[in-house]
Amino acid sequence: MKDISTKHVTRRKFVAAASAVTAAAAMPSTIWAQGAPIKIGLSIAQTGGLGAGGKAALLGLQMWRDDVNAKGGIIGRKVELIVYDDQSNPATTPGIYTKLLDVDKVDLLIAPYGTNPTAPIMPLVKQRGLLLMGNFSFEVNERIQHDMWFNNAPWNDSVTWFTGFIELGMKRGAKTIAFLAADAEFSQSLASGAKNLAKHNGLTTVYDQKYPPNTTEFSSMVRSIKAAKPDVVFVASYPSESVALVRAANEIGLGSSVKLFGGGMVGLQFGPIMESLGSQLNGIVNYTSYAPEKTVDFPGLKDFLARYAVKAKAEKVDPLGFYLPPFNYAIGQMLEAAITATKGLDHKALAKYMRDTEHKTIVGPIKYQRNGEWANARVLMVQFNGVKDKDIEQFRLPGKQVIVAPAQYKSGEFKFPYEKARN
Amino acid sequence: MFSWDLLIGALVFGLLLGCFYAAVSIGLSLSFGLLDVPHIAHPSFLVMGAYATWWLCGFGWDPILAGLFLAPVFFLLGVVMYRLYYAMFEKHGSDTGLRGLAFFFGVAFIIEVCLILAFGVDQRLVEAVYIGKSIDFTDDLRIPMRLLVAFAVALLLTIGLTLYLGKTYMGRAIKAVAQDQVALSLMGADPVMVKQWAFGIATAVTAIAGALLIIVGPVDPQLGRIYIGRTFCVVVLAGLGSMSGTLVAGLILGVAETIVLTFFGASWAPAVAFGLLLVMLGVRPQGIFGR
Repeated sequence: MKDISTKHVTRRKFVAAASAVTAAAAMPSTIWAQGAPIKIGLSIAQTGGLGAGGKAALLGLQMWRDDVNAKGGIIGRKVELIVYDDQSNPATTPGIYTKLLDVDKVDLLIAPYGTNPTAPIMPLVKQRGLLLMGNFSFEVNERIQHDMWFNNAPWNDSVTWFTGFIELGMKRGAKTIAFLAADAEFSQSLASGAKNLAKHNGLTTVYDQKYPPNTTEFSSMVRSIKAAKPDVVFVASYPSESVALVRAANEIGLGSSVKLFGGGMVGLQFGPIMESLGSQLNGIVNYTSYAPEKTVDFPGLKDFLARYAVKAKAEKVDPLGFYLPPFNYAIGQMLEAAITATKGLDHKALAKYMRDTEHKTIVGPIKYQRNGEWANARVLMVQFNGVKDKDIEQFRLPGKQVIVAPAQYKSGEFKFPYEKARN
Repeated sequence: MFSWDLLIGALVFGLLLGCFYAAVSIGLSLSFGLLDVPHIAHPSFLVMGAYATWWLCGFGWDPILAGLFLAPVFFLLGVVMYRLYYAMFEKHGSDTGLRGLAFFFGVAFIIEVCLILAFGVDQRLVEAVYIGKSIDFTDDLRIPMRLLVAFAVALLLTIGLTLYLGKTYMGRAIKAVAQDQVALSLMGADPVMVKQWAFGIATAVTAIAGALLIIVGPVDPQLGRIYIGRTFCVVVLAGLGSMSGTLVAGLILGVAETIVLTFFGASWAPAVAFGLLLVMLGVRPQGIFGR
């Protein structure tokens, strides 16, 4: 073996080495990120029922990738996203994630958007012991109990989701409740938890129906609900059904008994749907992750939304981007912090960091509990108020989605009954 | 929970919904029922009609007016589509059915992708004076005006097509080509020209039905997939090629679905269409009005 300590260094070699070091120090940081890129794989709905949300969510994630790569990457490596369209179809995701792992050889995984496409990949990631960042799914880790799962959605279980909603009704003397939920994983889990909590609080169920996903006409169901005369109507639905339901409720009416209508309607958080429904939204109380109210103004969020709005126009996706994009950006922020802190891509080390740290993100601080859901859930119940037709820009202003629960984020008073609140 | 109010409501809503089902199926009754073209892309044309209507509504047009305006454009599209189908498959005779099915399946996918590229994946709705409002007969019986509009247009479409096929020279030629193509050519008529004309009409009808689709509910590029089973079910129930049968079959399906949904649960509603189809195929394979 050659002894390098005795190696002769000529003056020419010394000058060359010194020049190289000086030049390297003067290089912009981006040039340093020359290691193999960190590959992050995911499937996300870009078509199908969840496509509108999925495309907006992906834009949020791509913005994080661009931001981090502009800073030179993470631990000297650029970030590359490998993305497939799961068509909102849960049957496609096990195949996609197997390909991501075995063919694309990704370093890290992010779950698909939504509960239904995520549920089928949970056994796979648990079996292989992989870190999985959840993307707005609901209770998918309940039975699997994978200790390397971390969801970006601001909820944990159906109790924390539903409590704010049901308390609004209970405080106004509600005694009866109607349930209408899509026959799918997310909506059934949500409705099941809601039913338990309603029973626990002494509410009598007077109507309970599940309907097949993609139902397009709800007039008959709304008539049946009206005939049951409930005080509270809880709905767990997907975007196209939410739109049809809101329309039917406005046309047929829910009756004077209803104090509270809404709860778990996916889609009423998306800009194009909010714009299309316009004044028909008034009075509805529904969950969301963010509304432009002063009580939920976190550092960096407004700047992100302003930058997002410019890109969204070009990409033809949700111009508002309140619901999913900031939380997808937050996934990136958490991964960035974990990789930087652990100086590597070891999934166990990353998971430990995720579990032990309170993460600083643009959607506020996130701390995880044991099951990988938020320790301090923040499911906002907003009531649409004074919404006009054909004006998407109005939703950027405070007062259109008034936060009525939970108490610490409340930005206005809950108006009831529903028939009065919607006028 | 049974009540006479609910039953009356279910019947009324069923009839309205049934007319809408007839309207979205009647083009298929012409193309598949009479012309024997395996037009599986029919629902995609409906969705394309709905998007074109949405686009025109952006300029302040009424959706029905937009549908009527689009009908001649879709007629030309249908003519081109049939010429393609004829040149590629029908002209060569054997295996037309299966290869034609694959062709229209491909067309359906192309339409879907084009709609996604052009309009994105967001759901689209239109606004009109009759959307979002209802006519209140009693406090318990309010009928959405959008369903009444769909009902009226479907009725007019059916009457119009029935009269056209029964009373005009070209209409009779279309019926004749469905019965015996060779005999028609012996009479000096060109069956290909007649079929091309008929396919154009079937496609023109999808423009109007597409307008109804977006009046009744929100549309997205993949909505057509939901209507494939239902439209084919209505056409087969009706008896292939019968326009009035299509209306009756639509009404039966609409009423049956709404009654099941109201009294037995929404989960059973999608099974109604195929349950009825199975019964019909067992009892009367030629359909209600088939010969």
